[in-house]
Amino acid sequence: MTFKRKATPVAVLAVAALALTACAQSDRDDSGSDTGSTSGSDGGTSTFTFGAAGAPKVMDPFYATDGETFRVTRQMFEGLVGIKAGSAEIEPELAEKWEPDASGTNWTFTLREGVKFHDGEPFNADAVCKNFERMFDQNPAGQVAAEYWSGTFGAFKAKAAESLYKGCEAKDEKTVVLSVTRPTSGFPVFLSLDSLSMQSPKAMDAGKANEVVAQGEGFIYPAYSKAGVGTGPYKLEKYDEANKTVSLVRNDDYWGEKAKNAKVVFKIIPDESTRRQELEAKSINGYDLPNPADWKGLETAGNKVEIRPAFNVFYLGLNPTKNAKLTDLKVRKAIYQAINRDELVKTQLPEGAKVATQMMPDTVSGYNKSLEAEKYDPAAAKAAIAAAGGLTLNFAYPSEVTRPYMPNPQKLYQAMAGDLEAAGIKVNVVTKPWNGGYLDGVDANAFDAFLLGWTGDYDSPHNFIGTFFGSLDANNFGLAKHSFGTKLAGDLAKADAIVDEAERTKAYEELNRQIQEEYLPALAISHSPPALVVGEDVEGVVPSPLTAEEFSGVTVGGK
Amino acid sequence: MLRFIIRRLVQMVGVLVVLSLLLFLWLRSLPGGTVSAILGERATPATRAAMEKAFGLDEPVWVQYGKFVGRVLQGDFGPSTSVLPGTDALDIFLQRFPATIELSFFAMLIAVALGIPMGYVAARRRASFLDNASVVFSLVGVAVPVFFLAFLLKYVFAIKLGWLPVSGRQDGSLDATRVTGFFVIDGLLTREFDASVNALKHLVLPAVALASIPFAVIFRITRASVLEVLDEDYIRTAESKGLTNRVIRGRHVLRNAMLPVTTTIGLQIGALLGGAVLTEAVFSWGGIGEALALSFSRRDYPVLQVIILAAAAVYVLVNLLVDIMYAVIDPRVRTR
Amino acid sequence: MTPSPMDPRPSAKKNRIDSLAATAGGGTATAVKDVHVSAAGKVGDTGGVSLIASAWARLRRNPVFLLGAAITLVFVVLALVAPWIAPHDASKRIPELLDDLRPGAIPGPRDGFPLGSDEFGRDLLSRLLVGARQTLIVGVFATIFGLTGGLVLGTLAGALGGWVDSVVMRVVDVMLSIPSLLLAVSIAALAPRPSQWTVIIAIATVQVPIFARLLRGSMLAQRSSDHVLAARALGVKPQAIIFRHMLPNSLGPVIVQSTLVLATSIIDAAGLSFLGLGNSDDRQPEWGQMLGEAQRLIQDYPHLAFYPAICIIIVALGFTLMGESLREALDPKSRR
Repeated sequence: MTFKRKATPVAVLAVAALALTACAQSDRDDSGSDTGSTSGSDGGTSTFTFGAAGAPKVMDPFYATDGETFRVTRQMFEGLVGIKAGSAEIEPELAEKWEPDASGTNWTFTLREGVKFHDGEPFNADAVCKNFERMFDQNPAGQVAAEYWSGTFGAFKAKAAESLYKGCEAKDEKTVVLSVTRPTSGFPVFLSLDSLSMQSPKAMDAGKANEVVAQGEGFIYPAYSKAGVGTGPYKLEKYDEANKTVSLVRNDDYWGEKAKNAKVVFKIIPDESTRRQELEAKSINGYDLPNPADWKGLETAGNKVEIRPAFNVFYLGLNPTKNAKLTDLKVRKAIYQAINRDELVKTQLPEGAKVATQMMPDTVSGYNKSLEAEKYDPAAAKAAIAAAGGLTLNFAYPSEVTRPYMPNPQKLYQAMAGDLEAAGIKVNVVTKPWNGGYLDGVDANAFDAFLLGWTGDYDSPHNFIGTFFGSLDANNFGLAKHSFGTKLAGDLAKADAIVDEAERTKAYEELNRQIQEEYLPALAISHSPPALVVGEDVEGVVPSPLTAEEFSGVTVGGK
Repeated sequence: MLRFIIRRLVQMVGVLVVLSLLLFLWLRSLPGGTVSAILGERATPATRAAMEKAFGLDEPVWVQYGKFVGRVLQGDFGPSTSVLPGTDALDIFLQRFPATIELSFFAMLIAVALGIPMGYVAARRRASFLDNASVVFSLVGVAVPVFFLAFLLKYVFAIKLGWLPVSGRQDGSLDATRVTGFFVIDGLLTREFDASVNALKHLVLPAVALASIPFAVIFRITRASVLEVLDEDYIRTAESKGLTNRVIRGRHVLRNAMLPVTTTIGLQIGALLGGAVLTEAVFSWGGIGEALALSFSRRDYPVLQVIILAAAAVYVLVNLLVDIMYAVIDPRVRTR
Repeated sequence: MTPSPMDPRPSAKKNRIDSLAATAGGGTATAVKDVHVSAAGKVGDTGGVSLIASAWARLRRNPVFLLGAAITLVFVVLALVAPWIAPHDASKRIPELLDDLRPGAIPGPRDGFPLGSDEFGRDLLSRLLVGARQTLIVGVFATIFGLTGGLVLGTLAGALGGWVDSVVMRVVDVMLSIPSLLLAVSIAALAPRPSQWTVIIAIATVQVPIFARLLRGSMLAQRSSDHVLAARALGVKPQAIIFRHMLPNSLGPVIVQSTLVLATSIIDAAGLSFLGLGNSDDRQPEWGQMLGEAQRLIQDYPHLAFYPAICIIIVALGFTLMGESLREALDPKSRR
């Protein structure tokens, strides 16, 4: 009897716990069913909730540098040049057409009519020039923050002579002439970059858009950066920082086809397996870059894994700065032959991944179709290494990171290191966190061999091999130590300046051949398709090789 | 006594200053950093140098520290670089602290509601099967890695049964109004009761996961404390006086046993407020524990500094309070 | 109880340490007293029995202790013989498994591979068996290093007192006030080449201040206890007092704490791996690392996480049960 009395508190608790769970259950039944879509009658009432891995940095794409920010701003902003859905090709967006003069330096853009910014301001030639002037005229902090401008146009107003940008002239309401200082393969293709989107001049003035301050180790952005105003199919509704959600609503005055859903919500969930669990619990409708190991399981559960065409390259970088033996082409080639890339791609990379034949994917103009993949030949590799008197490599891979081209660096490293050891190469492993010494080390020529890759920003060969090998000083491959370094950098600059497109493409094809057959400063390994996953009731997601999906055509549950 | 407290307060300030210096030097001695985190693959020696110059990272480290201290004295820890770029690091801390308090409070509620009754019952039936079973049960919670426990909870209650949400603090589609940052309270204040209920549901799983260790601690202390009290002379006296069990239990045992338990609860709360890194990370809970993990992996040093210094201040304060209590209770310590 | 120092859940570092120190400091010291007093006949039934003997007498009959000891014994034996009973080489990729290995398809159980493959084409069963050894190594060495560091600091502070004590304890305060996860992570980050030993040292460092505080607390209490006063009055040299009288009497709580730390080290290694900060070389398997890495695959291949998780939970539970029953047995207050 005493036992019963003494056990009372436990019993009471148990009952209370049960009651609590029961409550929770019944509540969930009431509200749980409509997660992911708001109630409503007409078509286009759904909410598309997307699981994002990180918080967007700013709502002004000009100062953005990361995919998480662009994913959000892409829905709200548009550039003069757009990208055809599902490809890397450019198409007219806010400009209906453009053409260069004979020199390739003055480009006339004809603007789309009837376009308004979200704040009601008209989009016209004047607005375009104000945008370019604003981007060009940055204070010192802004010059550092506006990474994409310096990556494309080079310099700002303070060093106008070094800049690719020359000027902007409004001919009439719908005609603009943009001038550059020299012809380049990138212009006007890179105007499709999200960073160079058009924004409301009035809102930028009011929000003091250019007043970026560098303080401590970060930038303090002006008020405008929290409330960017563009022309796109969505406008910003609310960024709830405490709840880590960004909500966008449909822009009902959009010039083109209006968004099919009423709202897009980005829910920030840094942990990848949690994103998957949220999708399974149907509290989000999709997320980006699912782990390739999850693809099958996600599909079995009824989700749609949308595989994007690969627009990246994964390579094994070699740097002779600290290892003179790497200046020998035979040694570099032996390393290439030692790696069993077929098995690597088959067992470690996602479905659809391909062995690379050169340092760019086949969707980029200038890709050389005639090149063949270096054959796996461990015997030849072993002989060449022995002939070179053996080789010791400090081989680095990054930790704390996954990249679209490199889903699991550690596993890739292990597979490659095993192959290299089999060829008689002594491998010293070096591993550093991605942000904690790895990238610094690569830039500082600290590793003999390293794993890295690149996802293209836009469809241009220069964005790939120009970025890798275009500068003799600022590259990761110790080009200054190679006999071909100066020539390669020079040839790349020349190819970039060719105005005629066919001729330029041919020049790049030849450069790709030389890089593979004569230079081999880095070993192209593979191209991996990154994926995006959405729930089974989501329609209308068009996977983009540039990972630049627009969500305005998406519907959830047919609503 | 007053002198003792003043001395400790001065020491506390000293600890914080030393910590801030060590922290600063340590973070800057780590390889990599903010610039790599911002630029990623795009980093070239030129952009890297430009950014380092803009942030003053090219100056000697003591100059940087001097500037840092100068700004901190004005309450400016600098803007976040990647957790929430551009937002003042202190604001991020203040914005996220309510989330951690909310979670800690509910975890404590669960730990106390289970730990005290179980500890009491176990002590009353010492060495019985019930006692041994409770001890083992409380320790199982400790032996399970918290992220694994979290996974099990999510898998069963959120994915299979669908009773509770997987992660986060509230459904974004509710569009709830924010007042205090405590979502449950906000809902009550604004009469958006559905928002309160929703926030409560989000709280259950992380709070249970987080409660596993405080529960074990409270259980153990309660059990030990009740055992001790049960053996005291005054309980024996009470028993021999023929008082009913109920009176003895309520008036004598529980009341006297609660003193160390209360102290423990206080200390546990202090420890919880430092942020539960793993629990918050697994549940995507927007508190300071998650911010700590994020700021480290993304090298957001301003946020990291604020959180560590604030957590240290809380810790040192709690420490001080405990020491004062010790001094009051145990004169041997005070004389030193 | 055994809070995972990785997760600042109310690990109640300080509370736990101090309560433990009290059982020894106040405890062991008074225990010695008790023996005399009890010899005088206060508590007849235990009169004259040494603390250790009586503790053992109680432990022998304590099912909780026996369970913990049995688990520990099995684990240690397994760790010793694992390489000889493992069916395959745990670090080699096996061609048969590799043939069927795809990123979205990990081969399951089959002839000769009762648990199937791991993510990388290695035999899972062999890895689990061999993992016992690495896990034991992590646990034991993290504890030894943590204990050694704590012993030095704690003895210095507790035995010498004065300014040495102040300085050491401020250092300890600073260490304790940094979230332990971060402390571990940053130590791992500073290492030029992360390995199992960086993980061990990282975990051990977190334990140093805890052991230091524990020892200091119990020594402090003993400084004014009767047997030390007596020794001092007899003109025994300070060194001898520290090493012959104070230190041995502080060992009880240290043993208890060490047992508990064995468990937390294993759990912590898993936590570090979960955050992607563990030992990245997985040729020699370790359970925490296996669990941490399998977490990414837990949805589709739960067995990859469950097997190491269950091993960890059982072993951690074993150590914890032992530690907790030791704590109770060595506590003179419970000698009734």
